[in-house]
Amino acid sequence: MRIIYADNNATTAVAPEVLDAMLPFFTNHYGNPSSMHMLAVEPKRAMTEAREKVGHLIGADSSEIVFSSCGTESDCAAIRGALAANPLKRHIVTTKVEHPAVLNLCKYLHETGYKVTFLSVDSDGLLDLDELDAAINDQTALVSVMYANNETGVIFPIEKIAEIVKQKGVLLHTDAVQAVGKLPIDLSQSSIDLLSFSGHKLHAPKGIGGLYVRRGTRWSPFLIGGHQERGRRAGTENIPYIVGLGRACELAEASLQVESERERKMRDNLEKKLLRLIPDSRVNGSAEHRLPNTLNISFEFVEGEAILLLLSQDGIAASSGSACTSGSLEPSHVLRAMGVPFTYAHGSVRISLSRYNTEKDVNSIVDSLVRIIERLREISPFRHERDAASKVESE
Amino acid sequence: MWNYSKTVMDHFLNPRNVGVIEHPDGEGEVGSLACGDALKLTFTLDDDGRISDAKFQTFGCASAIASSSALTEMIKGKTLQEAETITNKDIAEYLGGLPEEKMHCSVMGREALEAAIAQYRGAAPEKRDIEGTVICKCFGVTDNEIERAIKENDLTTVEQVTHYTKAGGGCGGCKNLIEDILDKLLESQVTEKPATKQPTGKLTNIQKIQLIQDTISREIRPALQRDGGDLELIDVVGDQVLVALRGTCSNCPASSVTVQDFIQGKLREFVADSITVEEVAQ
Repeated sequence: MRIIYADNNATTAVAPEVLDAMLPFFTNHYGNPSSMHMLAVEPKRAMTEAREKVGHLIGADSSEIVFSSCGTESDCAAIRGALAANPLKRHIVTTKVEHPAVLNLCKYLHETGYKVTFLSVDSDGLLDLDELDAAINDQTALVSVMYANNETGVIFPIEKIAEIVKQKGVLLHTDAVQAVGKLPIDLSQSSIDLLSFSGHKLHAPKGIGGLYVRRGTRWSPFLIGGHQERGRRAGTENIPYIVGLGRACELAEASLQVESERERKMRDNLEKKLLRLIPDSRVNGSAEHRLPNTLNISFEFVEGEAILLLLSQDGIAASSGSACTSGSLEPSHVLRAMGVPFTYAHGSVRISLSRYNTEKDVNSIVDSLVRIIERLREISPFRHERDAASKVESE
Repeated sequence: MWNYSKTVMDHFLNPRNVGVIEHPDGEGEVGSLACGDALKLTFTLDDDGRISDAKFQTFGCASAIASSSALTEMIKGKTLQEAETITNKDIAEYLGGLPEEKMHCSVMGREALEAAIAQYRGAAPEKRDIEGTVICKCFGVTDNEIERAIKENDLTTVEQVTHYTKAGGGCGGCKNLIEDILDKLLESQVTEKPATKQPTGKLTNIQKIQLIQDTISREIRPALQRDGGDLELIDVVGDQVLVALRGTCSNCPASSVTVQDFIQGKLREFVADSITVEEVAQ
């Protein structure tokens, strides 16, 4: 069976070009770039080149890029490093819909004595910038607001936020793991101080990420040890993966404009068809401010895990914000923060496309979902109750 | 990704007995949309009082659907007396096991069956057993339900209680209350266990010392240790038992009361009425 992979906000397939670029650094060029012999030359050169490619994708100088092991490490390094460099300030502003990498770290910091403001979102998943403005005070060390949401794809107006935060003289970190490679970003025209990203969301492998640290930012390194990354992240550089990330950024930049339009068209088509063909369905997240590849859609009276397992039987890989898929008992914190009714939150499905999806995939997903939702609703007691109730009403 | 057994996947992909029986003898409904799963069970009885047909409708994940399907298969052909002995454990076993986080699905099956049987026997068709005090407000779980899950499945941690009943899985505000219930039940297990009371017939001296040691380690020491104390058996001279108190017991002003009332009482109960206990300094 052909697999239709539509879970690209979870992780992406490694691009063949990326793998090709990496392989020589497992075999011939295994040297440590810090060494003083012939085997250090090529790794050092390749790392410098990769750093330039990463910087180029997001409009940063290569000296502002620090490689890390993953998005979570970048978030941790950014937030803890910013707090460590501003020890007298004990307040953090973030949002209720952050990825757990930021959310749970902020909850942890709250337990250790920091004050944390968790900004709410409206039913479209959008922030109230006046609330953000009002939340910042002279105790605020850091504002950490995600660029785009992993579950709904909702994009926050990070440049407007950066202006507000800058005026108050506070540091701004953004978790841009879902944005880098999908949206045009130019940090040379921005006042964002710290920006996290991750390789495996843009067709590089898992195990590589990065942090942008604006030149001159008051920030302390998180991993202390050797001189690597100019003292900002100790530990021997993961050369094959750094090279892979560089190549992935290069590929993303080359096709960004065309690809995001193509994916947006496919996504919109998918969305329209599903809403038309499946009654009692709704889209979660702003129509206007949304990643071009992401659709989070809810079907009432059915449960997400059951949908995913049936999709999987059809060879389709997607995701859900239902309680059951995570092993927790409550549906997604993002959908709850948006006030999505429980009846819809349990039946949410996230479809996230990539450059490897086609219009044909979209049609298969539609066919499959229409059948699956009908089948599960046939089993569900609520649909029948609802039908019975509306029958009584109409009589 | 859950590691579902083949039987779970089979019952999920090919659920048996989906639907509602038009004029059922019994009907039970548990759960709600807000909880994330719900089950409606209907059954009919034949002239011999055996379940002749059973159907279900379920809103929920794969294991909820599989548990419901399994339940309908399990109860067919059974009398109500037989059916009501089915526990959530039986449902899970029938399915070749469930991930622990999903055990609440099997509990939902058992609850729906009970509700349907109760409805048949004339109870008001309530959607949920509301006997007892609600402990978990997020999922509306009562102390009775929690106690039952603990006893039937030998649960020992709050996390397990959450996996089986959902209680504590929302805001988590009731975790302390669940802990209290666990403590209460675990404690009562210690005192309930001991079935062997005084032996019949005359004991040899060695048998008597053995029995005294057993009683101390099973009945007395755990109770003292809960308060940070302990005791050591020093000697047995006839019916006189010499002990030394340790830990917080050793300088507790109430220790003579402890010795007299508690240790001696237990030894008399389990060994012989003629036992006297004396504390010695060691």
